[in-house]
Amino acid sequence: MTDLSLSKGDADAAALEQASEARAAHGAGVAYADGEDHDHTLTNTGISNPKLAMWVFLGSECLLFGGLISTFLLYKRNNLAGGPTPQELYDIELTSISSFVLLMSSLTMVLAVSAIQRGEHQRLRLWLVTTAILGAVFISGQVYEFQVFVKEGMGFTTNSASSAFFALTGFHGVHVTLGIVMLLSAVMMSLRGRIPQARAEAVEIVGLYWHFVDVVWVLIFTIVYLIP
Amino acid sequence: MTTTSPETISAGGPLALPSGEETRRNPLGVFARPTATEGWRSWITTVDHKRIGIMYGVSSIFFLVIGGIEALLIRAQLAAPDGQVLSADAYNQVFTMHGTTMIFLAVMPLGAAFMNYLIPLQIGARDVAFPRLNALSFWVFLGGGIVLNSSWLLGGGADGGWFNYAPNNGVTYSPSRGIDFWNMGLMLTGIASLVGAINLITTCLNMRAPGMKLFRMPVFTWMSLVTQFLLLFAIPVLTAAQFLLMFDRLFGARFFDVDAGADPLLWEHLFWIFGHPEVYIMILPAFGIISEIIPVFSRKPIFGYPFMVFSGIAIGFMGWGVWAHHMFASGIGPLSVAAFSVSTMFIAVPTGVKIFNWLATMWGGRLRFSAPMLYSVGLVTMFTIGGLSGVTHAVAAADTQQTDTYYIVAHFHYVLFGGALFGFIGGWYFWWPKVFGHYLNDRVGKVNFWILLVGFNLTFGPMHILGLQGMPRRTYTYRDGYGFNLWNMVSTIGAFIIAVSFLIFFWNIVRSYRAHKANPVAMPADPWDSRSLEWSIPSPTPPHNFDISPTVHRLDDFWHRKYQENAQGKLVRVATSEEIAQKGDATGVHLPSPSYWPLVISVGLPLVAWGLIFSLWLCLPGGLLVVAGIYGWVLEPATEPGDHHGHEDHGPTTTDDAGDAEATADAPAEEAAPVD
Repeated sequence: MTDLSLSKGDADAAALEQASEARAAHGAGVAYADGEDHDHTLTNTGISNPKLAMWVFLGSECLLFGGLISTFLLYKRNNLAGGPTPQELYDIELTSISSFVLLMSSLTMVLAVSAIQRGEHQRLRLWLVTTAILGAVFISGQVYEFQVFVKEGMGFTTNSASSAFFALTGFHGVHVTLGIVMLLSAVMMSLRGRIPQARAEAVEIVGLYWHFVDVVWVLIFTIVYLIP
Repeated sequence: MTTTSPETISAGGPLALPSGEETRRNPLGVFARPTATEGWRSWITTVDHKRIGIMYGVSSIFFLVIGGIEALLIRAQLAAPDGQVLSADAYNQVFTMHGTTMIFLAVMPLGAAFMNYLIPLQIGARDVAFPRLNALSFWVFLGGGIVLNSSWLLGGGADGGWFNYAPNNGVTYSPSRGIDFWNMGLMLTGIASLVGAINLITTCLNMRAPGMKLFRMPVFTWMSLVTQFLLLFAIPVLTAAQFLLMFDRLFGARFFDVDAGADPLLWEHLFWIFGHPEVYIMILPAFGIISEIIPVFSRKPIFGYPFMVFSGIAIGFMGWGVWAHHMFASGIGPLSVAAFSVSTMFIAVPTGVKIFNWLATMWGGRLRFSAPMLYSVGLVTMFTIGGLSGVTHAVAAADTQQTDTYYIVAHFHYVLFGGALFGFIGGWYFWWPKVFGHYLNDRVGKVNFWILLVGFNLTFGPMHILGLQGMPRRTYTYRDGYGFNLWNMVSTIGAFIIAVSFLIFFWNIVRSYRAHKANPVAMPADPWDSRSLEWSIPSPTPPHNFDISPTVHRLDDFWHRKYQENAQGKLVRVATSEEIAQKGDATGVHLPSPSYWPLVISVGLPLVAWGLIFSLWLCLPGGLLVVAGIYGWVLEPATEPGDHHGHEDHGPTTTDDAGDAEATADAPAEEAAPVD
């Protein structure tokens, strides 16, 4: 790994010093010291720290849902403790509609991101609120579905199939709810002028989370409801 | 934007926010950031990766001592047949807590201590990507450790083994609350690990100094990066399993209720899909540490750097494909057994590559056997023994005989104690001068090493024999006349010799500190003639790490600035480390301010955990603290009032850059980072 060609090494060095100076001019101390709140930090990957962190976090979420989905697949027919299994109670029409609503919310989320990228604050708030409402409609559908199931004799503790069903879909519901809280916080921040166009990325990051939760629902809907 | 406009920032000379601004945003001043740089307040609010690393180290040594005392209790009970030191029930709790404590509260956070301290230094960064998250990660880990160990005072520890197999982990077979504490405590340490992983992965990928390409990162940083990816994907699987267990135990779900047809193998699969990568989570940082030490004390570059890195990555990938070798005796079927047997043998290959690379690094080197090197060589030899007994477990037929005997106990202690802990102790001796500004006494370190080596082999060597004779593990005593007496006594004596060696180590810390206080000698930046960037800055490390952001041209850049090839192609020293050590003034370096909020959130979480176990009412204040902590975290200004300018309200990037550049250039000396 030694540098045999001195001239090449020097040219390399010069380029690097230049890069280093550019970085210093950018405010090296600032860029390095508190990446937490800066969208403009120079990074090695070109992706900002918060955005990369969100991607990394979503990677780990895959495994969490993976564990719960495997559990459901293992137990989905198990009603040895009595009571109906989830398959006997599904109302596919209702769930299809609420799934469609959730998928549409991904579209409105995209519109929100593109609005703030163009600097349109009114539209940003409009689309964020719409996304949150669509999410809330989905959650309401889930709550309705849950209470119907409980009425028909399938509670959380009825059998291992029901436990697995409620754990998996409930866990997803909690994720959607957290997403709604994030969306509404973004609306509040936008109203207080804390999301200028230059910080469109903050909305984009919330969007990443939202799309992820939607994609997971597509998986859950297919695996849990559609596959017999 | 309703607040400071970019024009104000670039034009407003003093760089402070308009006075009305802070008061508007900080009613009662709760969102103002603390400023203490010394005293206990500075420690509980710090976001400095070096201090967090030290706190990780201190707490994990504290837990190491607790786990060690538990180990001594186990050995005292087993010293002679029909031991009376512990009841069967107490024994179950002690061995469960010993394993849990050592793995989750000692070895893993010891790795985190080194990573937190060293990664930013080795890649030339001022801090990690998210300093406050880093503090959160430490405090949540400490909270998890406290919740876990609080079980001793609140009704007894977990008693199902560190893996808590179903259905033994259910209320039916383990009615005490120990397993609830285990569950909640480990969920908290899991959150801490996950947050830390996200932070350190982002740091390694995004925060490297100019020219520090991925394949110029020191091997320790590389191994840490692989470890963090393992954590990132392994911890959520355990968390999923723990959620199921929590639902079962606290809310009556049926996940592990065998009477209701539940499958106990579900727990085993989920647990070991986490548990096997966990093995590498514990050992890879130690591999990284000795990959830094061996080249320095052999005065040669690491042999086969790319092989070192790729074998680490390969271990990271293959670690996911071997979990079921922990389940050969569980009835998973012949096909699975065969497949996992083969994959397990394969994973020995990259590990072997590492061993041979260390040997090749030492081969022909001018070796110095200072304490760090002794421990590193100790790791290589002890880990090799543990690795070889590991291969015997890969043979499923042999494993079904060895499993649940002391042979297994011997194997994983050679790997985890002879491997991970030897590496960490070597790392302490190696980086102690960098961290604390004085050496640990080397002669005591050597004595310490030899006593530890003897004690270690006396303790765990005979366990191979005991295991092959059929002595079962996790059984609280044995009868006279089974032929177990002699080796158990030897093993117990060995355990107490290990305890003595740790006492010597702690005495060495106190003694070296006193010697330094009595006769302070300035510590050179580069006391061992080392290779990586952290040695180019003063010892102990200043708060701002680097006076100027370093620029890197090749692997082991710091070394190559000291040594270059002359006309005959021979390496000669061209500069002393003092000549190339970083010199500059830290003017204009801007560090993140401390914060209370990570601590607030971390006080809330254990309250929620205890609340779930005892009374949901306790969840209320806990939850409120967590929410308040998050709220305060988000609203907290990026810097304390008066220091620099409010970063939160930056305008568009272009003008913003101009503002920052000016801030850096114009910042008066008083605004320089605080120096300890």
